[in-house]
Amino acid sequence: MVETTRAKEPFHFCTRMNLPSLTGLKASNLEELLSLIREVSGACIYHHTHRFLQQHQFLSPEPPNDFAYWVREVLGEDELAERLASIDVMQFASIRELRDKIADTIESFINDEPTAKKKFARKGEEMILIKSVSFVAWTKYYANDLAEFVDVIKKITIDSIYFHVFESRIRLGKLTNDFSYWLEFSLGEKEIAKKIAAFDPYTLTLEDLRQKIVSIIEKRIKG
Amino acid sequence: MIRIEDYIPIVGAPVIDDLKLLADKLKGKKILHINSTAVGGGVAEILNRMNPLLQQLGVDSHWGVIKGGEKFYDVTKKFHNALHGKQVEITKEEFELFIENGRMNALEMPLSEDIIFIHDPQPITLIDKKNNNKWIWRCHVDVSNPQKQLWQFLNEYIKKYDAAVFSAPAFSQQLPIKQYLIAPSIDPLSDKNKDLPEEVINSVLNKYQIKKDKPIITQISRFDRLKDPVGVIKTYKLVKKYIDCQLILAGGGASDDPEGLEVLEEVKSQIQGDEDIHILLLPQDDIIINALQRASTVIMQKSLKEGFGLTVAEALWKGKPVVASNVGGISLQITHKYSGLLCHSIEGAAFAVKQLLNSPSYAKKLGENGKEHIRNNFLLTRHLRDYMLLFLSLYHNEDVVYL
Repeated sequence: MVETTRAKEPFHFCTRMNLPSLTGLKASNLEELLSLIREVSGACIYHHTHRFLQQHQFLSPEPPNDFAYWVREVLGEDELAERLASIDVMQFASIRELRDKIADTIESFINDEPTAKKKFARKGEEMILIKSVSFVAWTKYYANDLAEFVDVIKKITIDSIYFHVFESRIRLGKLTNDFSYWLEFSLGEKEIAKKIAAFDPYTLTLEDLRQKIVSIIEKRIKG
Repeated sequence: MIRIEDYIPIVGAPVIDDLKLLADKLKGKKILHINSTAVGGGVAEILNRMNPLLQQLGVDSHWGVIKGGEKFYDVTKKFHNALHGKQVEITKEEFELFIENGRMNALEMPLSEDIIFIHDPQPITLIDKKNNNKWIWRCHVDVSNPQKQLWQFLNEYIKKYDAAVFSAPAFSQQLPIKQYLIAPSIDPLSDKNKDLPEEVINSVLNKYQIKKDKPIITQISRFDRLKDPVGVIKTYKLVKKYIDCQLILAGGGASDDPEGLEVLEEVKSQIQGDEDIHILLLPQDDIIINALQRASTVIMQKSLKEGFGLTVAEALWKGKPVVASNVGGISLQITHKYSGLLCHSIEGAAFAVKQLLNSPSYAKKLGENGKEHIRNNFLLTRHLRDYMLLFLSLYHNEDVVYL
């Protein structure tokens, strides 16, 4: 067993709870969708690119974005759906950049395949735009070293892990996830910080993500 | 009495910790729910369960009921049908009676709490007594296609509220106020959903002379054309050509509903001597429904139109594979091929049921996924959390709120 150091600053775990808010906006075809994607709030883009992960947290890699799902299931545009689903969200540091990428992907597809504009969703199958209002609060859980950290990771809600890995990075514009930042700068655990930052959490279920983090840290503790 | 801690084995302690944390942030706020009935109906059922739990969490939450005579409820019944899109004529006198009833209730209710939470259209006019407090209107019905005249009437009141809440994205409307999406929920500790010993399930089957020697396909719902019970029998008959199985169609509440009795007769006429079809007109007994769902191999919900369709959540919570129509809130509960199978026709439903009966491991996986989906999204604890977030949202305008 490796003796781990005490952190300069404890890691204080947050929890994050989302309340979906309806915008009253909906799209029936690709042009309408494109125009709405360009004008809605970042909270709306965030909702439709991250909701699936949270609500279907037990499922293995499923398109983590509603736009791809709607384009495939309702408009039947498999190719565009694939392009949207495979956008590498990890490459983008902000929702603004992600929004631009989604919009550019749709625009370029419409330019290549102009007939796609003629496909309309049936009544009741429109893409209804929703945004996430996030409430962030401190929990009672702290960690001062690796052992305490892994203990909390095992029992904290999936929402908390989600917040520190996804939301703080892309929605709040931090360059890395909170766990990696703390592990590197408060504990000096550069190696495991790097390993956790290197995951593509968008292709893992949230429980798998929890297990991966636990396994990396336990391995480090055991030496 | 059910305690909030009783939910820990089901959802985990951190989820309950989060609820306590939110309740703490609501300290000092007094909340009043208002609806039109203390018993009967989905709204009263959920408030009966939620309000005591909110109080246990430390939220100062109360519940009031408006008064109204027979004529008032005749009008609100018309409202209900018109909101569902039926063409119903509502006269000027009926609108006036509705407004007057609200005025009488407003005289008797102080309505000075910090947050007034109005459920459904019946008490909607109380908003005219709004002061400096916050008001929420919670719409529990499917208003995706409401009668225009009625919606315009209600809209004059809705826009005076601070926020509106709908159960499914398709129900949202263009409104000048904040709108939230809060789905309904099921209570895993209620008689309808709690775990049952095998003996209880068997005794219910014995009572209705149902043997376990063949796979059981079940649909639980009242005898209403919108639930398409005849379509369920036709589905069963298509399946029966290839797989020896039995069908349970069970529901209650038809005795005082002339249309229900008519539908029941139509359903019975489809049996044509098939002893494997069990039509059960049930008394109001949640344990019986729970037992029938648990005894089933596949559960169907072949509705033609549906508000939210919580019977789907009930079935999924029991780990059952479900075949359901892609209508109303059902698509929020079932992701096709992951947590159940969605269909659009009798033939499609029969194909899906055959798939599930012929592939028990696939059926098992869908049921397991479905149960986890319900655990994460449609249990009472999530509903409590959303309501507390809703109350907090009234005091914030930003998209990321630091509590």
